[in-house]
Amino acid sequence: MDYQISLKVNSTDYQQQVPARRLLVDFLRYDLGLTGTKEGCSVGVCGACAVLLDGEMVASCITLAVAADGAEITTIEGIAEGGRLHPVQQAFIDHGGFQCGICTPGQVIAAKALLDVNPTPTEDEIRQWMMGNLCRCTGYYGILESVINAARTLQEQAR
Amino acid sequence: MIDFEYHSPVSLEETFDLLDRHGEDARVMAGGTALVLQMKHRFSRPGHVISLRRVTGLDSITLDGGGIGAAAGYEQNGAPGSVRVGALCTQRRIETDPIIAETLPLVAETFSRVATPRIRNMGTIGGGLVHGDPNQDPPPALIALGASVTMSSSKGERVLPVEELFIDYYETDVQPGEVLTSVSIPPAPPGSGSCYIKFLPRTADDYATVSVAALVEPSEDNMCRSIRIVLGSVGVTPVRAVDAESMLQGQELTDSNIRACAGAVREAVDPLEDFRGSPEYKTDMAEVFTRRAIERALANVG
Ligand SMILES: Cc1cc2nc3c(=O)[nH]c(=O)nc-3n(C[C@H](O)[C@H](O)[C@H](O)COP(=O)(O)OP(=O)(O)OC[C@H]3O[C@@H](n4cnc5c(N)ncnc54)[C@H](O)[C@@H]3O)c2cc1C
Repeated sequence: MDYQISLKVNSTDYQQQVPARRLLVDFLRYDLGLTGTKEGCSVGVCGACAVLLDGEMVASCITLAVAADGAEITTIEGIAEGGRLHPVQQAFIDHGGFQCGICTPGQVIAAKALLDVNPTPTEDEIRQWMMGNLCRCTGYYGILESVINAARTLQEQAR
Repeated sequence: MIDFEYHSPVSLEETFDLLDRHGEDARVMAGGTALVLQMKHRFSRPGHVISLRRVTGLDSITLDGGGIGAAAGYEQNGAPGSVRVGALCTQRRIETDPIIAETLPLVAETFSRVATPRIRNMGTIGGGLVHGDPNQDPPPALIALGASVTMSSSKGERVLPVEELFIDYYETDVQPGEVLTSVSIPPAPPGSGSCYIKFLPRTADDYATVSVAALVEPSEDNMCRSIRIVLGSVGVTPVRAVDAESMLQGQELTDSNIRACAGAVREAVDPLEDFRGSPEYKTDMAEVFTRRAIERALANVG
């Protein structure tokens, strides 16, 4: 069965017809063309498909698009502001936070989700939070370094 | 995934109506973390998915036994001082809720060990219980505390101890037409200590290889007033080790008595073979982690 859903994705309103079984990750990638969000494991484990749904990080590979009706979604395409990279994105570039790049959109979304609720995380809190985002290149130290520095930049900006 | 009809009722009455109308062909969906996966893999093929997302009144956390609970219109069937948690509360909300942190530290600790923040943002307490996977973290702790669930349907309401909810592998005592609406969790007795240990030899976000929730109430002269030991990942359901408990109940909390109690857990478990280990290995670990759980629970008294 098809259903009409209306939702906001990266501040743009969409009204779209979707089958009940359409997954949010497929809706974003194939229906809206927002291919920044990646599908890795398809079972909620790896974090590549992470997006923010009403501000909360979720796995779009196990979320139905119909269940996002009325929601506000932020994907990797939506976190830069006014043509300027988000401090988390800039930190990943400056501190070697990615290698092949497949996990990066999910890593950046996860880091943003953390810093949105906890702007001054300890290193341990960053590790605990980011453990749900796998990097097959195993570039974990670079990712950790990036999040630590993004937090620093955001704190400086807030001052 | 096989196609299906999606419903998004706004009240419990509407939900019961849909459940009664579609019977066995309908499944309720909360966070969807378990159900969507089962549907993707075609373990489950409902013709109708009924989302609870918009149903109001299922996502509050309140103190039972008068006061806030009564004001919110809850049935007063929990023990006074119990915390009533709406079925739709996410695992992350429970992990971070101030009422729970204050009154039920064991629950806050346990929910913080579930999967990853991303899954805890989605998965709900009700969905996790009805899912009935014996490897899950919350059931042992909830059983140790003596928690109960309220199940509602067009025929009325019933209350069931969490301990009696699990029937078999992925099978729970939820009847067609029923919705789990809330979980009532009594606080641990004053002067007791508790802990939840999740043995994770593989990765930090894995399911437990073996898990143990222990709740011990020592007396001033070091006797064991009461004890609960409940294990996860050691059988087709969560396992309360009643015979092991009775070895310490009323006895002195000496090292040798604690070891004897932990040893008795071997008889209570019947672990499944999987990539996390053989039944023999898990049985050994059940003993080791039961001993450590009792010791840690005693260290937490106060
Ligand atoms: C990647 C991943 C890792 C995980 N790791 C862990 C872990 O480490 N530890 C752990 O404990 N768990 C883990 N889980 C399991 C997770 O806790 C459960 O999937 C979650 O609790 C299910 O809740 P839900 O709200 O998403 O349920 P849903 O998927 O919505 O529903 C699950 C089942 O319950 C039924 N249901 C849901 N709500 C109700 C209700 N109110 N009344 C009646 N029936 C209902 C549904 O019909 C379905 O059968 C993991 C899951 C994933 C995807």
